[in-house]
Amino acid sequence: MHASTELERGHPEGSTKLFSIVWVWLLLLTGLEIFLAYERVEVHLMITLLVGISLIKSALIIAYFMHLRFEKLGLFLIVVPSTVFCICMMMIMFFPDSLRLTHLPQL
Amino acid sequence: MSGAELEGVLETPWSGGVSPFAINSKKLGMWLFIVSDSLTFSALLISYAYVRLFTPDWPRPFEIWPAIAKSSIMTLVLLSSSLTMVLAVAAAYRGQVKRAVWLLIATIACGIAFVVIHATEWVTLIHEGITPWANPINPAVPLFGGAFFGLTGLHMLHVTLGVIYLAVICWGFNKGKWTAEHVEVSGLYWHFVDLVWMFIFPMLYLLSVNPK
Repeated sequence: MHASTELERGHPEGSTKLFSIVWVWLLLLTGLEIFLAYERVEVHLMITLLVGISLIKSALIIAYFMHLRFEKLGLFLIVVPSTVFCICMMMIMFFPDSLRLTHLPQL
Repeated sequence: MSGAELEGVLETPWSGGVSPFAINSKKLGMWLFIVSDSLTFSALLISYAYVRLFTPDWPRPFEIWPAIAKSSIMTLVLLSSSLTMVLAVAAAYRGQVKRAVWLLIATIACGIAFVVIHATEWVTLIHEGITPWANPINPAVPLFGGAFFGLTGLHMLHVTLGVIYLAVICWGFNKGKWTAEHVEVSGLYWHFVDLVWMFIFPMLYLLSVNPK
């Protein structure tokens, strides 16, 4: 079985133009990140901005390049919320414990 | 339950008669792998973010030229490889085998270029005395080398395996051995590798730019 027979159940969604526009946006956002580094923005603000921009970039990649925008809602619901939940749990567990260690009274 | 009602239930997506996600098992398997792998990278990146934020004298060895320029080119190469990959998947589904194969070859070439540039970056740092265990900039913070080489090393391993995976898929698709679905599933892996770099590049490189 080759490609032509799969067209009906495949992913004809998305054109070269659409993918190219997403690619340009990804490059522009990367350029913005490099500009922030060039300006030597303060580290706490910098990490917030960089993570924010990276989240937008990853959303673009997942939605368009990985086709999740064109999949059924069910796939999105089993993939994205579970991952976000696990990452949030990691952040809840890692940071308070780590901060507690750094704030222990000096013996 | 009447026969008609039973038939109605069996026709629902969750009956097992049809795929609930309207995708094949290969693709679902790859998505689940991506979820698990993203948690591995998340754990590493969150740990790194913690030590980076709460270590005031964290080493910042990267100059705009050449380190940031090189890593920016690596980002451009990886983003471009994602574009060629998504176009390869579209071509494969349209039945344009030759176009899909050439686009896959372009993706593989970008992947190899990424690994080569990254390897030169590693060699430069190692020559400057920065290793996974030590760094001459601030010997009191040996975690810098561990975080840098650990995260970039794991990512580079993914890129290298991705290049091999794509090469096998490219060969098989050209021979008619494998289908457009195989190309799409390999594409999912490749885009994930690109996605991870979208976090590693700013977190490791851009947060360690020399402040002077």
